[in-house]
Amino acid sequence: MIVTLLFMLVLAAVAGWWLLKHGLGSRPWLETDPAGPLPGPEPSLLPEAKLGLGVFLTVAAALLAMLVSSYLMRMDMEDWRPLPWPRLLWFNTGVLVLSSVALHGAVAAARREEMAGLRRGLLAGGAGAAVFLVGQLLAWRQLSAAGYRLSTNPADAFFYLVTAVHGLHVLGGLVALGRTVARLPDGRVTQRLRLSVELCATYWHFLLLAWLVLFALLAFSPSFLWLYEICTAPLR
Amino acid sequence: MSGMAPGADQAIPPAETAEVELYHPHSWLTKYVFSQDAKVIGIQYSLTAIAIGMVALVLSWLMRLQLGFPGTFSFIDANTYYQFITMHGMIMVVYLLTALFLGGFGNYLIPLMVGARDMVFPYVNMLSYWIYLLAVLVLVASFFVPGGPTGAGWTLYPPQAILSGTPGQEWGIILMLLSLALFIIGFTMGGLNYAVTVLQARARGMTLMRMPLTVWGIFTATVMALLAFPALFVGAVMMLFDRLLGTSFFMPTLVEMGQQLRYGGGSPILFQHLFWFFGHPEVYIVALPAFGIVSDLISTHARRNIFGYRMMVWAIVIIGALSFVVWAHHMYVSGMHPYFGFFFATTTLIIAIPTAIKVYNWVLTLWRGNIHLTLPMLFALAFIVTFVNGGLTGLFLGNVVVDVPLSDTMFVVAHFHMVMGVAPILVIFGGIYHWYPKITGRMMNEAMGQFHFWVTFLGAYAIFFPMHYLGLLGIPRRYHELGEMSFVPASAHDLNAFISIVALVVGFAQLVFLFNLAWSLRHGRLAGGNPWNATTLEWQTPETPPGHGNWGKELPVVYRWAYDYSVPGAEQDYLPQNHPGPARGTAGTAA
Amino acid sequence: MAIALILVLVAVGSVVFHFLSPWWWTPIASNWRYIDETILITFWITGVVFVAIILFMAYCVYRFRHRPDRQAAYEPENKRLEWWLTIATAVGVVAMLAPGLFVWSQFVTVPAEATEVEIVGQQWRWSYRLPGPDGRLGTSDVRNISPDNPLGLNPNDPDGQDDVVVDGEDLHLPVDRPVKVLLRAVDVLHDFYVPEFRAKMDMIPGSVTYFWFTPTRTGTFEVLCAELCGVGHSAMRGRVVIQTQAEYQAWLSGQRSFAQLEPAR
Repeated sequence: MIVTLLFMLVLAAVAGWWLLKHGLGSRPWLETDPAGPLPGPEPSLLPEAKLGLGVFLTVAAALLAMLVSSYLMRMDMEDWRPLPWPRLLWFNTGVLVLSSVALHGAVAAARREEMAGLRRGLLAGGAGAAVFLVGQLLAWRQLSAAGYRLSTNPADAFFYLVTAVHGLHVLGGLVALGRTVARLPDGRVTQRLRLSVELCATYWHFLLLAWLVLFALLAFSPSFLWLYEICTAPLR
Repeated sequence: MSGMAPGADQAIPPAETAEVELYHPHSWLTKYVFSQDAKVIGIQYSLTAIAIGMVALVLSWLMRLQLGFPGTFSFIDANTYYQFITMHGMIMVVYLLTALFLGGFGNYLIPLMVGARDMVFPYVNMLSYWIYLLAVLVLVASFFVPGGPTGAGWTLYPPQAILSGTPGQEWGIILMLLSLALFIIGFTMGGLNYAVTVLQARARGMTLMRMPLTVWGIFTATVMALLAFPALFVGAVMMLFDRLLGTSFFMPTLVEMGQQLRYGGGSPILFQHLFWFFGHPEVYIVALPAFGIVSDLISTHARRNIFGYRMMVWAIVIIGALSFVVWAHHMYVSGMHPYFGFFFATTTLIIAIPTAIKVYNWVLTLWRGNIHLTLPMLFALAFIVTFVNGGLTGLFLGNVVVDVPLSDTMFVVAHFHMVMGVAPILVIFGGIYHWYPKITGRMMNEAMGQFHFWVTFLGAYAIFFPMHYLGLLGIPRRYHELGEMSFVPASAHDLNAFISIVALVVGFAQLVFLFNLAWSLRHGRLAGGNPWNATTLEWQTPETPPGHGNWGKELPVVYRWAYDYSVPGAEQDYLPQNHPGPARGTAGTAA
Repeated sequence: MAIALILVLVAVGSVVFHFLSPWWWTPIASNWRYIDETILITFWITGVVFVAIILFMAYCVYRFRHRPDRQAAYEPENKRLEWWLTIATAVGVVAMLAPGLFVWSQFVTVPAEATEVEIVGQQWRWSYRLPGPDGRLGTSDVRNISPDNPLGLNPNDPDGQDDVVVDGEDLHLPVDRPVKVLLRAVDVLHDFYVPEFRAKMDMIPGSVTYFWFTPTRTGTFEVLCAELCGVGHSAMRGRVVIQTQAEYQAWLSGQRSFAQLEPAR
């Protein structure tokens, strides 16, 4: 659970810093004014949705941290037999990177109110994610054809579980992206549309980051085992 | 991610929010059934939780009948007994307590107490309730499938949970895991709302340190739940894979009844880590809202500011953080590495310090107060008794070596029922008697309330206090029948019978409470907007019950903290949070 | 005012119950007297705190009950008082934790001279294995389990040939000799629990857990399972017989070794 604990520690540090910044040490009974400066002219709908997504991504990250922790704990046992690594995954990773870049471009286009660029970015990002999913399915087929099925070995089971959890998140992202694309025919870059695009892009970057972490874990964990062993040595 | 970090300037919406932003129901169906109003959702959550809680209460009667009078009731055999304890435990912890505190109290109180019109994502909030209801229905469905509900114990430890020696192995365990996964998805949707509403939708002037402790408790518990439930989710999904797809996440090579199974290589301890990484924070997910609510009850009804508000807030935050590093104290005898014991015993006992500070501050709030012995106050006092008792026995079980003889005995059962069963439920009752007038506009009946209080408090204490001593004697928990045990005297069986009878009586007193809930809706005394003369914002709404959007045309502006009771020099003994009057002490002679 | 009186009664009643209760721990039969003493320390500290808090609360409820002319004091906090209470609590916690950790370090340090004994749990019975004359237990694996080899001993391991397998009978142990109990489970979690020994530990299929103790008193003690293991959980009983060295040797010589059990040899 060391990974999960580290994750929690980072969160605790952020939360602690934030709380201190917001006057956790103040003596509220001494103040009787409406505190804080007057709000700006713009209604604050934007930060709410973004903060909501931020909280959701934290939850998703916690979920992944648990998976990674479980994986490392299981890997520690002596009968661990890692499975061969399909080359295809490198290709999939590349596609996911491109998809994320495309959405980044879409956000920039939305900020410039450039409709064509926005459309191009969104569709390219969506297509990239779809190709990634197909690629993952192909990787599953290659593996199971080679005899590495869910029930053969915990290492295999973990591979399928981790990729499935990540894939489901990508699928959910595609639904959200589809809803954003459905707003495109309006022809104008409204504030709402821009917000949707930004949210999608944030989510995509998160999924990319999560995939890179999982990819490194699944592909290279044996090479990092020595590091993990040093960390847990006192407990042996 | 510009604007991600909520700066102080963004935290405060304008005093006049345009009405158009609010969702408006257009029909009876969208007003009372598929409502997006947090108040309606809160009531839906509460009623559903109470309904499923009644099922769990009946299950507890059945298991007490078996324990008190073994062999008398032919319809309770070992299979059904284990199914009863499993469903009782899971329902009470997750589907009643968590749902009622966060989904019920959270939904109703957060927007009102922080001065918001509604939750920030009302549609998601509505979905949250319906997914919760679906989770409850899936759980209930497991009573009607072949083999019945699972009897694996609420901890659902593998390999036992999915092997044929355990009742409900066919369908029950699958439905249980599915239901938990659904619950977690639903809760996450609600939790996003509670957290973001507190962070972003507070009224002007409502700084963090002006929030009532109820909001602090529910908010911290929500954040914890958002981070802890994923552990259970992962565990549930992995166990579903093991059960349905033949993976071996938690299943080692094993021989069941002489039969070699095709599992191999899994780790049962891994599940225990995941389960308790959720399970221990869960204790505080239930306790922190109770801490918060009881602080407000005591302060309001003792007409005195909560003593040491800052310490109370810090203690809530510190307890919330520490509760993530104590989980393995549930696993001292699980066979994990023995050196973990040193670490987890130390963290566990450290958490006692902020908890103790909270208790001192509650009691010190009574000191030099002006104590009105209303029903909410009585329940708050009873909470302190049971919580102190249950908290102190926690110091036995948290101290690793003391846990060794006591673990898995009735001592544990008595401990956790006292500390996370009886104590939070007393707060729930206190909270309902306290806020019922705001929700319905009428007071609850006092006589029925008094009866309910005395029977519940003294009865529950009489059930669980002596039970510790059965555990000390060495009687293990989760025994369908004790049978002959050479070290158990006959008097212990008498005590068991006594406990069972009291449990039935206490259970029936809850029916009086339910009747009171319904009866007072029509016949209760009219309450007015602020019957307790309380300071917090929910009592300052223009209408009672609060209308859609809570605040009429203008959002409240907050000028003071939530605990200006008996301010020297003020003409009333309370100053509402939105009261713009002079600063404390300028009109009189403050001590 | 009833509530103040009842609070006093609850506090006093709990203490009276504690001292008059006929339900108390079983007479100890192992070396873990320190565990009992730590429990007693904890009882004293927590008991004093419990009574003090409840009585103080009862006094407050009585003394500061509502009267029309009363006004509550306005005192948001009192730093000094809160710090003193924090420090006092910390001292109390250390007074419980320190002996606890001290005893735990003994609990997890197995003395070198301890003899190994294996206990195997399965639904819903206990089996035992003692090392033979060579003093060593052979390896085992659940994959070897068969009707003739109920504990799954490795038939090719020379260390295991002289092991004594006790299946369906009581476990016998000599008094005053430290024992390291190796715990194995065949199917699900179990927990070898003898109330008089105080020590216990879960058994996990797929791994070997352990604890140690020294029996200090002869007699026959009941074995219970303390980890839910399915419908037969409460029926999973056994007995341990603690004997003098001579009696134990006499019993041991009447047992058959693994090699003698196996019909194929």
